[in-house]
Amino acid sequence: MDEVKDAILEYVIEEYADEDDKITFDTPLISSGLVDSFSMVSLKRFLEVRYKISIPDEDASPEAFDSVNKIADLVRRFTS
Amino acid sequence: MSNIGSYEEKIKNFDWSISEKELGYKEGDVINIGWYCSDRVCGMGKGDKLALLWENAVGEEKRYTYNDIRVYSNTIGAFLRSLGLKNEDRVCLFMDRIPELYIGLVGILKIGAIAQPLFSAFGDESLFVRLDNAGTSAIITQRKHVSKVRKIIDRLPNLKYIIIVDHDGKRELKEREIPFSMEAERVEELEIFPTKAESPSLIHYTSGTTGLPKGVQHVHYSLISQYLTAKWVLDITEDDIYWCTADPGWVTGTSYGIIAPWTLGVTQCVLDSGFSAEIWYRFIQKYKVTVWYSAPTAIRSLMKAGEDVVRQFDLSCLRHLISVGEPLNPEAVIWSKKVFGLAFHDSYWQTETGSIMISNYPGLKIKPGSMGKPFPGIISTVVNAQTYEPVNEPGVLGLIAFRPGWPAMMRAYWKNEETYKGKFKNGWYLPGDRARLDDDGYFWFVGRDDDIINTAGHLVSPFEVESVLLEHPAVAESAVVSKPDEINMEVVKAFVTLKPGFSVTDELELDIMNFIRKKLSSLAMPQEVEYVDSLPKTRSGKIMRRLLHAKEWGEEIGDTSTLEND
Repeated sequence: MDEVKDAILEYVIEEYADEDDKITFDTPLISSGLVDSFSMVSLKRFLEVRYKISIPDEDASPEAFDSVNKIADLVRRFTS
Repeated sequence: MSNIGSYEEKIKNFDWSISEKELGYKEGDVINIGWYCSDRVCGMGKGDKLALLWENAVGEEKRYTYNDIRVYSNTIGAFLRSLGLKNEDRVCLFMDRIPELYIGLVGILKIGAIAQPLFSAFGDESLFVRLDNAGTSAIITQRKHVSKVRKIIDRLPNLKYIIIVDHDGKRELKEREIPFSMEAERVEELEIFPTKAESPSLIHYTSGTTGLPKGVQHVHYSLISQYLTAKWVLDITEDDIYWCTADPGWVTGTSYGIIAPWTLGVTQCVLDSGFSAEIWYRFIQKYKVTVWYSAPTAIRSLMKAGEDVVRQFDLSCLRHLISVGEPLNPEAVIWSKKVFGLAFHDSYWQTETGSIMISNYPGLKIKPGSMGKPFPGIISTVVNAQTYEPVNEPGVLGLIAFRPGWPAMMRAYWKNEETYKGKFKNGWYLPGDRARLDDDGYFWFVGRDDDIINTAGHLVSPFEVESVLLEHPAVAESAVVSKPDEINMEVVKAFVTLKPGFSVTDELELDIMNFIRKKLSSLAMPQEVEYVDSLPKTRSGKIMRRLLHAKEWGEEIGDTSTLEND
């Protein structure tokens, strides 16, 4: 599972973070404004492409995407 | 009793001199918005009153009195002057919702320069076209956004200064970059530039249908209608705690997120954070917000979060709710009445109008789903789309039209006189929206009259997105339209054809989405990319977005006689 978390963290840092942002597995992403609701769509798409899963819209809530740890939990639900 | 009292009484014998008198302004006087937002309030004995209650995503708080706003805006104005910046120079504000953004606008206006606020989520290409068009002399920003500026600086010879408000000394500054700390020095006195009614104040950029974004130029006299509309529509009073959720990168965030509330001398709150229902409700509870000006997308997101979360907080402080940005659906009005005990009052205006034009008012019956009625002094109707004559008949679809002449009306599109003139037909200003009037004179929004996409209250130009799509190495042709969205009303969808050698993959779609997000903004990012073999075109080769739009919305395709026959 750590590989999943690492991959998501790397993607978040690469795509959404600014130079000064220090992102950890628990850093709030949506509620902090680091990833806005529009960008969340591209993050969801990344997960679907990378892990070959389909995340229903009702599961793709801002709360479920609010940290790398939470996103990894979501991915686990759909890959297990 | 509300500030407006009886709407019907107010529309009789209305004159903008009501506002002028309350603000102590007479024709020909100096009128400087920066002074009205700070020095005047202090001069009325309210210097110790809280002007700004600010909080960010990690719970850091800051509080500023009106005297702080006065002094720190002086500090900013003096600093800009020390760099040689002067009246009518364009100074861009490119920051998150930090105090320097709000106070910076006041400082820029005090020296007579033109403030150019830009949404901090803009990518480098969005930033470039707006700075280039305005010939901007300086940009005030945060270190987190400097990398975007560095990408485009070589193409911006007019941009002399990149002012960084939170430089920590850890990173080397490059050419034209200057550190500045607003709170490092308190400048007690600043000579205010004697702007007059028609002196330019702000340039806000808005999307165009077929060209680059348009710089909407406003003047200091706009204050006259911003002040009175805030007083009568938002119903702001002396003791209110006011929260405008709009970002000052857009016009609502300046007209009603800085200028009007501070001219009225009210205490306002700012939350520099992402959205969640819990965060918002906690904020309202903590600061005891009484007047809340928000947007339909946010309200629909709150609805989606459910009523249980509402009940976790004491929101009894709220007394008046107003919405702007997109049409407010009737369900949202009914829902807010149910859960807050207060109906959201929809209001309608746009970047070009500068202030609220049509609205629902305290004390006036709300018809859920209606835009409401014109603000007193605003002459408005619905005109025929071909003749531009008033339809004079309830229920008939037409274009919303305003008789020019209200104080906050734009004075120009920056360097774009032809497009500006094109907004006026038969003596009416046409905002580009379609509506119907009912028997009681209420306006009912129907939709845009052009291809502009309204997503979460923000206008996105299909042309701008298509242009950048063509810069992607895989894209041969593109067409961008809106598609329906439950929360945001509309979102961006792109149809693309691929260049030879590229094939359809999920990775490519993600790459295209991120390409637009970084170049333009997340708002402009297609939420869906559909690959097609060819795009529908007229025989003259023009892409027929109309057909793609109709397909997305399940509408009749209409006349296809000009469609190219492959």
